[in-house]
Amino acid sequence: MNLDFDFAAEQPKLVQLLLGVVAFCAVVALLLLLLDRAPMRQRARLHATILLAPALILLAIGLIVPAVRTTLLSFMNGDGSRWVGLDNYLWMFTQPEAVTVLRNTLVWVALVPILVTSVGLLYAVVVDRTRFESIAKSLVFLPMAISFVGAGIIWKFVYAYRPEGSDQIGLLNQIVVALGGTPQQWLLEPPLNTLFLIVVMVWIQAGFATVVLSAAIKGIPAEIVEAARLDGASPVQMFFQVTLPCIRSAVVVVLVTQSIGTLKLFDIVRTMTGGQFDTSVIANEMYNQAFRYGETGKGAALAVFLFVLVTPIVVYQIRQRREAAR
Amino acid sequence: MSLLSRPVRAALIAGSMSLALVATGCGSSDPKAPAADGGDSASAECAPFAQFGKHEGKKVSIYSPIRDKEADLFQETWAPFEKCTGMKITYEGTGEFEAQIQVRTDGGNPPDLAFFPQPGLLERFAKAGKLKPAPAEVKKLTEQNWSADWAKYGTVDGTFYAAPLGASVKSFVWYSPKMFAEKGWTVPTTWDELMTLSNTIAGTGVKPWCAGIESGEATGWPATDWIEDILLRELGPEEYDNWVAHKLPFNDPKVVAAVDKVGSILKNDKFVNGGYGPVKSISSTAFQEGGVPITEGKCALHRQASFYANFWPEGTKVAEDGDVFAFYLPGNDPSKKPVLGAGEFVGAFADRPEVQAVQAYLATGDYANARMKLGTYVSANKGVDIANAQNPIDKLSIEMLQDPNTIFRFDGSDLMPAAVGAGTFWKGMTDWINGKDTKTVLDYIEASWPKS
Repeated sequence: MNLDFDFAAEQPKLVQLLLGVVAFCAVVALLLLLLDRAPMRQRARLHATILLAPALILLAIGLIVPAVRTTLLSFMNGDGSRWVGLDNYLWMFTQPEAVTVLRNTLVWVALVPILVTSVGLLYAVVVDRTRFESIAKSLVFLPMAISFVGAGIIWKFVYAYRPEGSDQIGLLNQIVVALGGTPQQWLLEPPLNTLFLIVVMVWIQAGFATVVLSAAIKGIPAEIVEAARLDGASPVQMFFQVTLPCIRSAVVVVLVTQSIGTLKLFDIVRTMTGGQFDTSVIANEMYNQAFRYGETGKGAALAVFLFVLVTPIVVYQIRQRREAAR
Repeated sequence: MSLLSRPVRAALIAGSMSLALVATGCGSSDPKAPAADGGDSASAECAPFAQFGKHEGKKVSIYSPIRDKEADLFQETWAPFEKCTGMKITYEGTGEFEAQIQVRTDGGNPPDLAFFPQPGLLERFAKAGKLKPAPAEVKKLTEQNWSADWAKYGTVDGTFYAAPLGASVKSFVWYSPKMFAEKGWTVPTTWDELMTLSNTIAGTGVKPWCAGIESGEATGWPATDWIEDILLRELGPEEYDNWVAHKLPFNDPKVVAAVDKVGSILKNDKFVNGGYGPVKSISSTAFQEGGVPITEGKCALHRQASFYANFWPEGTKVAEDGDVFAFYLPGNDPSKKPVLGAGEFVGAFADRPEVQAVQAYLATGDYANARMKLGTYVSANKGVDIANAQNPIDKLSIEMLQDPNTIFRFDGSDLMPAAVGAGTFWKGMTDWINGKDTKTVLDYIEASWPKS
């Protein structure tokens, strides 16, 4: 492979990059100049307006306008040329294959946050204040450094199938064969295949939960722990009566971020099964409908539904934060 | 209070000013002075391209699903054309053509030309008014160089939009000539002979057929090719066209019967999946690996398009007397030769003269011959000289395409609306291999056909 970077050939891109940087500097310089020239009296208000304006404008262009447009598209047909009312939503909740997608998403959202949090919490408690804590935590955190697509490809190999009698290239089937079983096609059989995909997500995210929860555990005041010990609390009582209540807000943060991340999940499913064999989830189906099948209306309807699902979780998280701040 | 101290601010402004100067300096100077090679030797070389005119310094962009080595060969082919007309063709291949062409067009950034592998997709863009009708010159060349069957696929609502480019023949069964010679098997010429042969092979303890339909998000397409090939033979070309256009319902009893006929091979544990295991292993075997067991003697027959010649393990000789070769997938009647195939079409999003010149050039026999001389390539262009074919399978394909008895039909899933042709049809056939019954699957596909 040719890895030489040819500056002459890439010149247009470099020029573009340079122009971008220049434009950014120019805008910032202009803003600062404007601020500096403003009369003393209104300066505070003016500062707020001018400094917030770029963010607000970008937010409107990048978020609000597309959101409104998507919502409108969800009431239109495939190429956005005709209004169809609630047809797309009807399709979503009545067609068996679309219902399968919604059901799968529900399974993901129900299982992933709980599994990730429990695995992470258990791991954090077990390795807490042991000699090899830092190594153990780095190990479980490593998969976080792998992209979802990368993880999907790795696990596709883990689940790989070769017929009985030939060399297994998949770890899981090799183990099954070594134990005297027959190799299975793990990703082909619903509903178990969705669980095999969920394992991948848990594998990636458990490290995140471990690190956040471990930090929270370390933040529990020593006096409380000591007092509980003096009162004769058993390790189980310690965990449920002392540790868990003390780190409640951290647990909520992990649960919420995982729920949102899982709702949006796309990469793992697309890489590993492409949504085949009844494993598709909302985000994957949304992409298929909107971009592969040219059914913009159906894609938009799925996107809107996804947005509706995420909203309560976000609202809850903001409430939690406010309470914690108080 | 100012946000920054005065010297810092001055420096910042000065800095951004000088950056701006550098940037404009870079942008305006074009280091590539046009090569002044209009000498005598060049004019002879350029004579064939004179008809396309001079387009000094013009640029044409091409977007295509063809990548890597084949893309390099394209660029090598039209390099003399670029040199003689003075234009620059920028070629971009992508693995996500179907999704990205839509995104680029919606975003107001379409390429000048695009190689559409699906007439159905081409039709969508033509109907949305995004494509420019082909110029008269291209239309003339197409009528001259391609059969009416082919020209029809570049035409939408009576307007001709796109000339064909490359082609591939799908109605092939790959086999091992060596294995056949050793065992005394002969190439079948009718469907019945094919089934007898399959039974004979199964009797020797080898599963006769092998297949693989796993292809990422496109999983299932090789199975749809199977169905189309048999449908074309069972229903005949006219009914096949009706089926593609959804005038014949997807779950019509005739379609059910044809799909079941495919099932007598693909869903028969005695016949598949040679080298891989039970029927279900078809859906998890990558299509690239589908036929490989033939080279290991674990399978005898593999139905796949001509391009499968590129997927054999290194060192496999593809020839009539070699390790592997292909025969025509026979129908019930040996005198009729329906052929299922595919190809690309050159659609234009711009009608500038230089873009039309490229369109015209790509529609000539000269282009196809030049491309063939460089490496494996098949075109249904009648101007193609069969002597330029680089390998036996290309030769066989071109012979079939040029045979006047051949009834050519395009891969149906590429003609249907994408929601079916690139969606539920693929998905349905995967479910079918995985154990769902024919009627249920066809009902599901029928229900998914977009209504409008």
